[in-house]
Amino acid sequence: MIALLMRDLRLATRAGGGFGLALAFFLIVVSLVPFGIGPQGGTLSLIAPGILWVGALLSCLLSLDRIFALDHEDGSLDLIATSPLPLEGVVAIKSLAHWLTTGLPLVLAAPVFGLLLHLPGQAYGTLMLSLLIGTPALSMLGAFGAAVTVGLRRGGLLLSLLVLPLYIPTLIFGAEAVRRSVAGGAIATPLVFQAAITLGVLALVPFAAAGALRINLR
Amino acid sequence: MSIWEYANPTKFMRTSGAVLPWVVTLAVLCCVTGIAWGFLTPEDYRQGSTVKIIFLHVPAALMAINIWLMMLAASLIWLVRRHHVSALAAKAAAPIGAVMTLIALVTGAVWGQPMWGTWWEWDPRLTSFLVLFFFYLGYIALWSAFEDADSAADLTGVLCLVGSVFALLSRYAAFFWNQGLHQGASLSVQSGERMSAVYRYPLYLCMLGFFLLFLALLLIRTRTEIRRRRLAALLARENRT
Repeated sequence: MIALLMRDLRLATRAGGGFGLALAFFLIVVSLVPFGIGPQGGTLSLIAPGILWVGALLSCLLSLDRIFALDHEDGSLDLIATSPLPLEGVVAIKSLAHWLTTGLPLVLAAPVFGLLLHLPGQAYGTLMLSLLIGTPALSMLGAFGAAVTVGLRRGGLLLSLLVLPLYIPTLIFGAEAVRRSVAGGAIATPLVFQAAITLGVLALVPFAAAGALRINLR
Repeated sequence: MSIWEYANPTKFMRTSGAVLPWVVTLAVLCCVTGIAWGFLTPEDYRQGSTVKIIFLHVPAALMAINIWLMMLAASLIWLVRRHHVSALAAKAAAPIGAVMTLIALVTGAVWGQPMWGTWWEWDPRLTSFLVLFFFYLGYIALWSAFEDADSAADLTGVLCLVGSVFALLSRYAAFFWNQGLHQGASLSVQSGERMSAVYRYPLYLCMLGFFLLFLALLLIRTRTEIRRRRLAALLARENRT
């Protein structure tokens, strides 16, 4: 499993692997918003939590089809599937690799993007924390979507239609937590709910994703 | 004699063919009478004539949720027992459910404009219906994306299971996210009736009508799917020889 993880990480960080692309996309989305709504600091800091979360969602979505599609194309997915490793474990490891290459950089870079949107000072910790809690669920759900659409030639559009509705609960609680900390409220409740969703997703979705992969590899 | 006999397509076709004219007749009868009756009810003293949209809105919303539940049940039956009729019924039900959701959303907007002063409000109920509509769209899109019918049935089944959990999650998350503008249930088994009988009985009739309408459409569409499957099998055999 560790070998698989290292392989995926190596593939992602090599040239053309798309590492950092999600981050650049996030940066562009975030800096497009002030162009769209005007540079007033008050308005920006009001909508910053939502923009940051939606941006994180979209940049996570961008790299989802790479989770399985490339391996499916060159046949290595079949090899991995026939290896003694359970497919559920493969799914979990692959989404972990996806999280390490897109989710984690987002979490670490989020304060910089918050700065661009005039996010009030007390919300940075919450922003990072909620992203840290929420993004693993995004990667895992994305792996499910990628597993469902892996056999399709043009699955990208369908993938976003399937996956984005699944992101709604995470988005609601994540953005709510940041909004509350901007307003100076208690943030524990939304974060706990978000953590519950993430843990539930991490525990159950690998089975659904592995099931979908088996169907597609049949 | 068990319900699983109807998993046999031939048996299903025979029975559904015999039942279908009755269901269609009853559905038309109930819908027409219910809506006409609803149209003739007196105007509400505060809502005026806009109250009458309830006879479309509530049955459609009711069916929108229950059709998804029916798809969930059918997907489970397909995944566990591999009855093709079940998968085809789930496939046939999805567009009907999507249309019902759309009817509920549109009639709600039409009612909301004079009553709430807005076409759309980010209210938990409205939002969760919109999310349900997205799930219907994704489900339908996934069905149409695959050429191999069996893997399409499997994958949409899995999607339906996962989607059900997340549709429910989104609903409660939406309650957390925003306070509601939508009124609570007017009809409820637990809390008794909070609605005048003048409106209640036509509403019951409309609900029954919408259910029968769904049943009729479902039977027609499932029969079409079965025929399409048979046709594809025939064509495949022709091409082989």
